[in-house]
Amino acid sequence: MSEHLANSSAGISFIVNGEKRTVAAHGMKRLLDVLREDLHLTGTKEGCGEGECGSCSVRMNGELVNSCLVPVLQAEGATIETVEGLGRAEALHPIQKAFLECGGAQCGICTPGMLMATAQLLAVNPHPTIGEIREGLAGNLCRCTGFKRIFDSVAAVVVEMDATAKTGGAHAG
Amino acid sequence: MYAMPQPVRRSSTAQTMSTSEKTRIVGTAVPRKEGVDKLLGRARYLDDIEREGMWYGATVRSSIPRGLIRSIGFDRRIDWTEFTVVTVADIPGRNHIQLINADQPVLADGMVNHCEEAIVLLAHPDKHKLREAVDAVNVEYEPLMPVLTIEESERQETIVWGADNILKSFLLEKGDVDAAWAQAAHIVEGEYRTGAQEHLYIENNGVIAEWSEGNGITVWGSLQCPYYVHKSLLAVLDLPEDKVRAIQTETGGAFGGKEDYPSTLASHAALLAMKSGHVVKMTYDRMEDLAATTKRHPSRVRHRTALDGDGKLLAMDIEVATDGGAYTTLSSTVLSRATLHSPGPYVCPNVRVSSKAWATNTVPYGAFRGFGAPQAIFAIERHMDEIAAAIGMDPVEVRRRNFLHDGDTTATEQVMREPVILDKLLDRALTESDYYERQKRFAQENQTRAVKRGLGIAAFYHGAGFTGSGERYLNSLAGIDVTPEGRVRVLVANTEFGQGTNTILSQIAAESIGIDYDDVEMAPVDTNVVPNSGPTVASRTSMVVGKLIERAGLQLVGTLRERAGLREEFTREEFFAACERLREEDGAVISLCRYEAPAGIFWDDQKYRGEAYPAFAWSVQVAQVAVDTTTYSAEVEEFWSVQEVGRVLHPVLAGGQIEGGIAQGIGYALYEKVVWKDGRMANNQMTNYIMPTAEDVPPIHVYFEEIPCRFGGFGAKGIGELPHDGPAPAILNGIRDAIGVGFNAIPLLPEDLFAQLVTQESKAEVSAV
Repeated sequence: MSEHLANSSAGISFIVNGEKRTVAAHGMKRLLDVLREDLHLTGTKEGCGEGECGSCSVRMNGELVNSCLVPVLQAEGATIETVEGLGRAEALHPIQKAFLECGGAQCGICTPGMLMATAQLLAVNPHPTIGEIREGLAGNLCRCTGFKRIFDSVAAVVVEMDATAKTGGAHAG
Repeated sequence: MYAMPQPVRRSSTAQTMSTSEKTRIVGTAVPRKEGVDKLLGRARYLDDIEREGMWYGATVRSSIPRGLIRSIGFDRRIDWTEFTVVTVADIPGRNHIQLINADQPVLADGMVNHCEEAIVLLAHPDKHKLREAVDAVNVEYEPLMPVLTIEESERQETIVWGADNILKSFLLEKGDVDAAWAQAAHIVEGEYRTGAQEHLYIENNGVIAEWSEGNGITVWGSLQCPYYVHKSLLAVLDLPEDKVRAIQTETGGAFGGKEDYPSTLASHAALLAMKSGHVVKMTYDRMEDLAATTKRHPSRVRHRTALDGDGKLLAMDIEVATDGGAYTTLSSTVLSRATLHSPGPYVCPNVRVSSKAWATNTVPYGAFRGFGAPQAIFAIERHMDEIAAAIGMDPVEVRRRNFLHDGDTTATEQVMREPVILDKLLDRALTESDYYERQKRFAQENQTRAVKRGLGIAAFYHGAGFTGSGERYLNSLAGIDVTPEGRVRVLVANTEFGQGTNTILSQIAAESIGIDYDDVEMAPVDTNVVPNSGPTVASRTSMVVGKLIERAGLQLVGTLRERAGLREEFTREEFFAACERLREEDGAVISLCRYEAPAGIFWDDQKYRGEAYPAFAWSVQVAQVAVDTTTYSAEVEEFWSVQEVGRVLHPVLAGGQIEGGIAQGIGYALYEKVVWKDGRMANNQMTNYIMPTAEDVPPIHVYFEEIPCRFGGFGAKGIGELPHDGPAPAILNGIRDAIGVGFNAIPLLPEDLFAQLVTQESKAEVSAV
């Protein structure tokens, strides 16, 4: 174990869901574990631990990352968004609302990652075709739905966000 | 342990059927009960739970498929005083998981019978110290010859289980098969094989256990069947019923994979908690979960079929063999369902099904969505296309000529008393998929293209609920109570793991009482709180448990009318006021109902004859397949599924069940291959065990024909398993249609296609396609 990595007394700082956080963690600790164990943000899930399933997806500096593959030292100074920052019970984010209404979540374990992948997709491409939705979510595995209602959910978000934009309304998150 | 509340008030009010009545809540797309928690990421799955002072557990496993344990050594580089170490000597009760046979040890006792069998358990407060410690336990073996395939097991040269390697066998006979061959215009034979399949729930298995002298053992787990866990813990820990408690946590997928396995994992965690005196969490990582837990039974099914000159079935001689793995687990009941589904949805006067589950030295196979039916239906539905080819008839027509209809009898001589609408389902599937037009177009296009397209069909039923006398033996109890805070709670041990249990049972409760969906919630699935309403398996929740909840709701309203002055028409406030009047008298407001077997249903366990299932769900599926003859890859381009599952309780959830099952079925057919090496799964990672992704699942079209079933909650039948039964044969039939070559084994990966096509080409036997 290299000395400078282990010495984390100075802490690693980054912004999570709009809030500055500093953690005293080994630099090679996975971002996933820092979020879940140090910051108690357990919405981000581990499915495979090798970057295949996408359950641990979070947004980091505007990119979608598998947090199981990111050593926390790489997150120094970064801006991170997790499912906990998306919406609140009394004000669901349009993506959460669409997944709820369209049946995009079944067992729910892939859902936080799928929501973050959707947020990333729509941030980059607000009007994806069905082919672009498929491609954008191909790194996130869902074993329950067969994906169809997830695609429906994403399509519904686009419609909802367009309607909101037209009426001049604004959504949090 | 759930204590039956007293008094249990039964209403004398006649229970009325509500299946055909207009409903307010049933049949509508209300929001998923636990949906908001899941979408906010605040639903608490097992690994999200941390407890003060919690320790972590790990498992030392067998590295060989079969052998005697000579010694267990503990390497001195580890300070073992920091650890709690559990071996078979620490088990206070019986060293057997309590399922159908008590043959599976909790921990190996002097011998191992499969790779990854648990031998030693370790616990430590720092989970990062466990991996090194597991590697520092040195088990020395005297290896014995393993049996690794059905064929090796049935040779019976090496006996690895019982007297003959046979975990279970059935013989089902109708008419006189042997006399039929002489009258046959055609005799068609075929052999069909299916491989193991992983559940691949995204949440791995996990359990937390806590021990105290006063309360005994409490386990929290990602699980399907809390009372199965309860039963095993009683025996393994030798505790009285009131000292064992099992609680389900939010469960991230199961598909049968959390039916039997949690009984083992809960026993392990409980043993570590008892010995260490600490709360112990055991969660598997993906590699351990894939290597060590159950999978779908591999199978080999042989068909020999006699037909008359018109293509009507005269006799079916069927031999089913499954690989059960090292211990029985649920192999007997999986074999039973395979046996009962092997003749397909056809009428035939003479049927013989001889079936056997064979023991091998692999990780025991267990429950998986469909439970033997996907294997059996793959065989019969592929075979029907081979029959069609052999007698020169359209595969659609062969099926149509032999479909079961109302009044016909199945192979067990069960009379079809409920409406059977296979013709209607078939017609709809053909119309919606524009079957014949597409087929004509593909036949034309295929002549000049390297990518060849075809359409394949599968027709099938899935028996809803436990097989035969199963529901009678289960004798389920379920109900509804009303809390002093004015919440109506559904009291069931049936678990939510994505399929929608919470939502549909809340709909049924609200509908039958006549209150709002939002007034209903699910009581926690905790064996101290809810009665044993049976396991969450066998597509039984909507139908069997749903009916109990429907009855409990009607019974509650009847009691309130009789004894608490509730009027015929009532408001929400009047309902809760009446509940409080009843509470003053009884101390509680609770309505429980016990399973009542439908009248006129008879099943003979010995002869395997009679009413195999109280109801069947029916389906016809069509797959459009493209085979690239340059890359040897096959893909599904579009899929249609028409089904009759009784009343559809929730259109969004029902559609989701069908689509999800089809996606798993596509994986079963074309992607998901468990690679074995010396009895161990070699590809126990998501990197190389491949399931369909968002880019692989084709457009799926789902259509329901609704015929309310009198045995089910508001007319529902089972739905969850049905859709997984058909995709594999439909897809392989589509490949046959595209390239004229029939493949009889799944999974069918490009290398398998390549191997067979190249072999055939080199023999110059392939006719021009």
